[in-house]
Amino acid sequence: MSYRIKLEQFEGPLDLLLHLVVKSEMDIYDIQIAQITAQYLDYLSLMKAHQLDVAGEFLVMAATLLHIKSRTLLPASPRDEENDEGVDPRAELVQRLLEYRRYKEGAEKLEAYPQLNRDVFIRPEQSMQEEGPSEAVPADLNDSPVSLFELVEALRRVLQDKPPPAPHTIISSPWSVEQGMRLLRRRLNGEEYVSFEQCFSGVTGRSEVIVVFIAMLELVKLGQLRLVQLNPQGTIYLYPQPELHSDRCVAALAPHSCEEL
Amino acid sequence: MPDLKARIEALLFASDQPLRFDRLLSLLEADTESLRNALQQLQHEYYHPGRGIVLQEVAGGFQLRTRPEYAPWVLKLTRSRALRLSRAATETLAVVAYRQPITRAEVEYLRGVDSGGVLRALMEKQLVRCVGKKDVPGRPLLYGTGQKFLELFGLKGLSDLPQLSEFAGDEDLALSMELDFDHAE
Repeated sequence: MSYRIKLEQFEGPLDLLLHLVVKSEMDIYDIQIAQITAQYLDYLSLMKAHQLDVAGEFLVMAATLLHIKSRTLLPASPRDEENDEGVDPRAELVQRLLEYRRYKEGAEKLEAYPQLNRDVFIRPEQSMQEEGPSEAVPADLNDSPVSLFELVEALRRVLQDKPPPAPHTIISSPWSVEQGMRLLRRRLNGEEYVSFEQCFSGVTGRSEVIVVFIAMLELVKLGQLRLVQLNPQGTIYLYPQPELHSDRCVAALAPHSCEEL
Repeated sequence: MPDLKARIEALLFASDQPLRFDRLLSLLEADTESLRNALQQLQHEYYHPGRGIVLQEVAGGFQLRTRPEYAPWVLKLTRSRALRLSRAATETLAVVAYRQPITRAEVEYLRGVDSGGVLRALMEKQLVRCVGKKDVPGRPLLYGTGQKFLELFGLKGLSDLPQLSEFAGDEDLALSMELDFDHAE
């Protein structure tokens, strides 16, 4: 006959320790280290007895507890007293527990808030085509620079829709950066601006997306292109600069045809 | 402008994201005072027993949302299961929300457990995002919460987060944490 014991789930060693302190009705500022250490180790062996993998963090905490226990048992050496002025070896642990308890409570309060798509609902996202920057573009494009992280985030969104590369295949990129630049030049030709996502429409593979992205960065570096973002986490727009279409020397470097684009 | 309230309502109904006050202002070509009054009136009218939706201030904008008590019916309509965050995810999210900008190592120190996987999952849901790099050796990424986080919990802004209990020695801890990381690096 076998029977099962349900073990409470703990998020980590701090969570378990906090539970033990509360359960034994101890003052968190005056933890009985010997007692708590024994309970903690009991719990770990219970986890092992139930063939649960004990994560490394639980063992680190066990070592910390034993270390603190040994320090409380030993008389403080005179040198220690000079250096630390008799700091309680439990102090750091208590601080961590208190801090952890605060965030645990914060998480519980948040959890009780009405959550979107669980308790409350809004109109689902619409796929209306965005026509362009919804607000007036500032005269000075320098006023709305794009941060590196926003740019990476936009790239991630584009890549999300592309199929992952097939496994066990070595892909040689069929496109060169020059071709990517030509594609962008063609897209931007005669346009005042083009959205980041629009640049990648019709670009099917992940590696092609990356080539076009590098080409975009290259054009920005050459000062032929400007990236503008009006709202935090809003759409990023590409603004061609006058130099973009006058500069032909780079395109001349790549004589291959890219008509298939 | 007698129909201002109706026009606001139409915009809010048609929008799939919170509309900011200045956005409404420019769309409706109204003046600040009358827009604010109309919004307040509208909010008051929705906040009335017997209505299925409320007009809520979320993430710096205004949005129409269903009332929590009608969730079971909406879930039936969309035939979806309610989205639930795991305890680990909520806890990590809370740490990031209260302590941002924060590095992964700091999150892990505060939680006492490895948090890389949870952070990645939260990034994928766009609840957490990279906001920069910390100016310490190794230049670790700094994490913060995004717009989607405020929308998820229906918060006006970060100042709207639930109050944390206070305890003595908070500053001391921040200091000791910094020292700890110096040793770790």
